[in-house]
Amino acid sequence: MRRLALSAAALLLAGPAAAQTIAITGGTVYPVTGAPIPNGTVVIRDGRIVAVGAGVAIPAGAQRIDATGKWVTPGLFESSTNLGLTEVSQVDDTNDFRLNQSQEGGDQVAAAFNVSDGINPRSMVIPVTRIAGVTTAVSRPSGGLIAGQAIAIDLLGNRVEDMTIASPVAMFASLAENSRAAGNGARAGQTMRLREVLEDARAWARSREAFERGDTRDFSVSRLDLAALQPVLAGRLPLAVEVHRASDIQSVLRIGREYGLKLVIVGGTEAWMVADDLRRANVPVLVKVLANLPESFEVLGATYENAARLRRAGVQVAITSGETFKAYNIRQEAGNAVAYGLPWEEAFRAVTLAPAQIWGVADRYGSLEAGKVANVVVWSGDPLELLTRVEHVIIRGREVPLVSRETELRDRYRHLDQNRAYRP
Amino acid sequence: MRRAPYALVLAAAAACAQGQARPAATPPAAPPRPQAAPQPRAPAPFPSTYRPFPSTATLIRGGTVMTAAGQVIPNGQVLMVDGKIAAVGATVDAPAGVTVVDATGKYVTPGVIDTHSHLGVYPSPGVQAHSDGNEATSPNTAEVWAEHSVWPQDPGFIRALEGGVTTMQILPGSANLFGGRSVVLKNVPARTAQEMKFPGAPYGLKMACGENPKRVYGNRGGPSTRMGEIAADRQAWIRAQAYREKWDRWDREGRQADKMPDRDLELETLAGVLRGEILVHNHCYRADEMAQMMDMAREFGYRIRSFHHGVEAYKVRDLLARDSIAGSLWADWWGFKMEALDFTRANLALVFEAGARAIVHSDDPTGIQKLNQEAAKAVEAGREAGVTISENDALRWFTANPAWALGIDQWVGTLEPGKNADVVIWSGNPFSVYTRADRVYIDGALMFDRSDPRRRPRTDFEVGLFPAEAGR
Repeated sequence: MRRLALSAAALLLAGPAAAQTIAITGGTVYPVTGAPIPNGTVVIRDGRIVAVGAGVAIPAGAQRIDATGKWVTPGLFESSTNLGLTEVSQVDDTNDFRLNQSQEGGDQVAAAFNVSDGINPRSMVIPVTRIAGVTTAVSRPSGGLIAGQAIAIDLLGNRVEDMTIASPVAMFASLAENSRAAGNGARAGQTMRLREVLEDARAWARSREAFERGDTRDFSVSRLDLAALQPVLAGRLPLAVEVHRASDIQSVLRIGREYGLKLVIVGGTEAWMVADDLRRANVPVLVKVLANLPESFEVLGATYENAARLRRAGVQVAITSGETFKAYNIRQEAGNAVAYGLPWEEAFRAVTLAPAQIWGVADRYGSLEAGKVANVVVWSGDPLELLTRVEHVIIRGREVPLVSRETELRDRYRHLDQNRAYRP
Repeated sequence: MRRAPYALVLAAAAACAQGQARPAATPPAAPPRPQAAPQPRAPAPFPSTYRPFPSTATLIRGGTVMTAAGQVIPNGQVLMVDGKIAAVGATVDAPAGVTVVDATGKYVTPGVIDTHSHLGVYPSPGVQAHSDGNEATSPNTAEVWAEHSVWPQDPGFIRALEGGVTTMQILPGSANLFGGRSVVLKNVPARTAQEMKFPGAPYGLKMACGENPKRVYGNRGGPSTRMGEIAADRQAWIRAQAYREKWDRWDREGRQADKMPDRDLELETLAGVLRGEILVHNHCYRADEMAQMMDMAREFGYRIRSFHHGVEAYKVRDLLARDSIAGSLWADWWGFKMEALDFTRANLALVFEAGARAIVHSDDPTGIQKLNQEAAKAVEAGREAGVTISENDALRWFTANPAWALGIDQWVGTLEPGKNADVVIWSGNPFSVYTRADRVYIDGALMFDRSDPRRRPRTDFEVGLFPAEAGR
């Protein structure tokens, strides 16, 4: 069994997408964009969803997955991870999510740093995540004032190009306490520095030729960074800013207004306290639900009800685990959002369609609709319940074996016998 | 208090049987006395001043009662009188005037117990001024006591209470080979750590092996290797053996004040382990290291009560079962360092199946609030691996089994007559993600009621600093 599964995994990694037709039948289909469909069918062909509904004709020769008594949903979309960019946190050589620009003398700005080339499609963290029903993730840089460019990926593929949905999908930054060094130790220093960098990028864009001739003043960041910030200044590329204190969120909104930025708030622990500001600015928030401790003075207002209160105020919310190794806990986060006041439909939307909308890929992701990329999960029951099992995971129309290093170790030690250490 | 502290009971019993006892903490040097008058035994220092909060006789009825002792009683009843469980069953005889709590549709379980918390010693906010969990000045700080770092105003205690936690062990961190003494606390609002100390609970000794001590001390005089760590451990145990023998001899020879040996706080704790009075809680990730720790315990004649973290416990679960060592484990933490690489989500289930005591622990101020959810994840992972686990089995992972690991299972951990009335009423099945603790009783007193703002305690730290609706 194990060998079979492994060779299937190897095949998945090796070849280009084989033309494949899959029909998932008999389950309750949760398309997210519409009401649940009892005894519904989802038909997948060549990596796309081609039909969703009750009484849909099943193409001849389709591989059938019987989902009777089960739930069929879009794959989960995790919005803030370092997936593919790390293997072991404390083994530095495996960490590729941080450009060391914040060392002594660094400028804290790595806008040109796109993580894409650092993505390892064979990272052992990816299978652990996808067999939990997480099919799509934003893999982001971390650290400094402007950490760099994140990409959105599907969690299957041999080359990063085969996984990429959007690159870059956003520019990640931080005005939280973790980037205080960028502001010489003061909040208004951080905002001053961010404005300086944005002003430099603007000025550079107006005088590129003079810059190349050496006829401009010095800029405070590199040419590559200045160029990389142009889509942010144009309001095309979201600036995803980690920030927690209510007043710090308001500072970010202020800067967003000044420069016409398209903002996403990451973390936003006290966002519920400035929900009206966020709604008026039409700025979404990536919420880690399980955060209710005043762990620092920027999160004194932490509450498990953050997501529910933001939604009640009309703010768009996506839920994130805030984890890389444990990104699979995104469903536990969403379940707890329900326990603390968010309607189930809203919570499930916050891990599927809402992130797809926030990252501008909702035309292809986030729901079960004809034409969308076939990222589909079959669950034994309610996906947010912890006793629910993942039964099938389909990414880009291909069924993924439910195997990871973690399940292999489990199977390797399932029975302890006389030859307990001798295993092929 | 209703019971004499556990350690004193042990000491008294030993004294009766063999005319000797552990050299309890001794008073400051007094003037020499005539040889006929032996040095009196000093009371244990820093005694618990815990008193149960006021309670009334209470009957919880209508809910599904999960006793953690094997019984699941649909539409069951739990009677609490004078802070104790008086009766549990389908119907019980309740005295007139008892307070009746309708738990229809809800679940009733013992209070949640965590064997591994740093609440109070690494409190919120986690500013440097509050960093009191690792006395990282020497690889052996067996002399420190966690209770001397505990800040009772840590808001994390209250959050844990709202997650159903009634008892927890506060441990020193894992920077040191010998991190110091742990303390077992009742999760009650208090001004002092003494007001939280679980009366009679034995002390624990936090030990650590593997990456942390060698990372912290590798460039500070060592140990810098795993073999160096074990050598340092063994040297300490050799000194502890000699220290114990010196005090035992003094005790045998009549406890003459002028011949009393010098006290040494470090060795007092280690000798307490050798006497079986202090329970060893051993931070250890890798299978091979756990086996080394077991052999070291055998060499010096002490017992390891529980391994903590044990990411590879499933590989040596037969050895844990053989030596009756509990595994205080996470449901799914991994990846943060090399010794946490070989995880499987089935770890808890496989350890359980092997007959060792499985415990789901937190080591985390958020995780401690949701130990029921952590257990649920581990149940599902176990079932995927083909392990048969009932909900009552899994309930024991965060009630009865941690009570045993902390040496307090005669008082808490199950819903059985005579035990302390530490009870949680859950809004639904505790293994559902949607379930929350509605009411939490400690020694029969209602400490938290989700529906009553007056029964939702706040710490001093939260006063005047927080937005009104924060923190829930």
